[in-house]
Amino acid sequence: MIEGIIVQTLLKGSVYALLALGFALIFGVARVLQLSHTAFYMLGAYGLFIFADAAYLGLNPILAAIISIILTTGIGLAVYKLCIDRVREHHVTVMLITLAVAMVFQQVMLIIFSGQYRSAPSFATGYWEILGVRVAYQNFLVFAGAGIVLLIIWALISRTRLGIAIRATAQDTEIANLMGINVSTILFTVMGVASALAAIAGVLVAPTVVLDPAMLWPPFVMVMAIITLGGLGSVKGSVVGAFIIALVETLVVFLLPAGAFLKGAFALLVMIIVLIFRPEGLFGVVFEEERL
Amino acid sequence: MLSRLFRDFQGDVVAIPGRLIALIFFVLLFLVPAFIQQPYILRMLIFTNMFVIFAVSWDFISGYTGQMNFGHALFFGVAAYATAFLNRGDGLGPGWPIWVTIPIGALVAVVAGVIMCLPALRLRGTYLALVTLAFPLILMGVIFANTEFTGGELGISGIDRIADSRTAEYYVSLVVMLVSVLIMWKLTDSKSSFIRTGIIMHAIREDEIAARASGINTIRYKLFAFAVGGFFAGIAGGMYAHFLRIASPSTLDITLSFQAIIWTVFGGITSIYGPVVGTYILYPLTESLRFISEYRLLIFAVLIILILLFMPEGIAVWIRDKIERECPRCKLTNVSWRHTCRACSADLY
Repeated sequence: MIEGIIVQTLLKGSVYALLALGFALIFGVARVLQLSHTAFYMLGAYGLFIFADAAYLGLNPILAAIISIILTTGIGLAVYKLCIDRVREHHVTVMLITLAVAMVFQQVMLIIFSGQYRSAPSFATGYWEILGVRVAYQNFLVFAGAGIVLLIIWALISRTRLGIAIRATAQDTEIANLMGINVSTILFTVMGVASALAAIAGVLVAPTVVLDPAMLWPPFVMVMAIITLGGLGSVKGSVVGAFIIALVETLVVFLLPAGAFLKGAFALLVMIIVLIFRPEGLFGVVFEEERL
Repeated sequence: MLSRLFRDFQGDVVAIPGRLIALIFFVLLFLVPAFIQQPYILRMLIFTNMFVIFAVSWDFISGYTGQMNFGHALFFGVAAYATAFLNRGDGLGPGWPIWVTIPIGALVAVVAGVIMCLPALRLRGTYLALVTLAFPLILMGVIFANTEFTGGELGISGIDRIADSRTAEYYVSLVVMLVSVLIMWKLTDSKSSFIRTGIIMHAIREDEIAARASGINTIRYKLFAFAVGGFFAGIAGGMYAHFLRIASPSTLDITLSFQAIIWTVFGGITSIYGPVVGTYILYPLTESLRFISEYRLLIFAVLIILILLFMPEGIAVWIRDKIERECPRCKLTNVSWRHTCRACSADLY
């Protein structure tokens, strides 16, 4: 059982880390909650299904994955330009609009594909047996893919000029602007990176889960808990928080009766406790104007 | 005495087009059952009345004090379950009559509101929105996990009706709605000379630190807002449960919280009459779109995006600004097609 818990935690944690990282990047730079984030995860997963499934286009899964990620990123950028950019200063409006956007995507997918459960073709079949637990190749792919992407993002943020600009904007938008950084371009880029991350998470996960248009809500709740636990806007915190919340979720599911219903409740309980006793999270910074 | 009342009526209601329209609208609502007997339309209007209370109470909490409450369904759902539990007579609950269960259910919702307010005392903006979003979801998980007590997905069913006939139910919901909205409107009236809460809540929204510096105990007033708003949302939730004769997990649903926000934002936030207008337009509209039900939520969501982008002050406020104009000298409200003020004859342009 312990082996099962470890494997599940690593798998869930790496997907959550990809999702939470994008969310934290947007929050860090623009200080808005972009609630349609997990909708792009759903779009990415469906994209793989559309392009790779034999009944639709039937392309090679790798090619389908790349097309799906690029398309989803494009949709994310369009949403940013059309809906978020012009109301960026009004935080509550952004939350409402992005939530409505998430509902729009969910409904559009529901109309096109109906509520049927579907599954995407996998990249690799077969499994390895480690410590007595059968782990499918696809699950290794999730873990390895997430690890590589996280490394790339880490290098991007800490080693490049763009990364410096992103960090400067996150620290103080106005000063960054005065230093000659084009803030709106940075926001646009970050939105693209974040949508791509969500799409990658969706593409990686798609073969291992059932696809339905409502699949964006369970990770939505978890990502909320993760970014608060890690500290809103903290990149390191979101990755560490992802694995902690994944561990909590797996423990609840494995150890409690009716745990599948309570996993969200426990994750949110963690979030509330963190907000009450340590509102800056594990790695966050205190923002004076956001607390009283 | 009577002539003075008539003069006040002429000056404060008839002369202000917004209030005149509201008066005519409510009189028409009282006459509806005399002309329309279809149970379907009455049922729709009863739901609208309940949701008006729900949306106005959200406006009371979040619009006026600026504390963004994204889990307003918590009050609705807690009250629905509490009334259903107190009313059920199958041995698990005490089986009290409906006139006791709805107020007590609403008081239970107030307790829930005060518990929810404890983090709200420390958090603001985005953080508060996250915490309030979490509470109904946690409760929903608890309900699904304890199926033998809460009924799980099926809920608690078989509770009493509000009244014996559809028409009586309509009048009960209408009167309760009118009284609730009137109380909340008076409590938020910032021009009132004897109720201070309105102006204080405005002050908290505009600048909480400044309000504190002026000697206002802002924590007390935020608690007050959550308690009053939670009470009225609880009344709506209890009536909803008794009308449907079932308390189901859908009363805690995240979409219900957002519908309250959507109705309010559509009508006009921070205005009390905004959510009334918004609910009376949007709820019957979306109900009558049932025949294309898969497009209903899509249309709804697109409408919200458009409203937020292009008419952020809301439709009721937009119309009011078209038909009313405030006198620059004496601050009296005038019909917008007058050229001079009706009291001090100052130029209105």
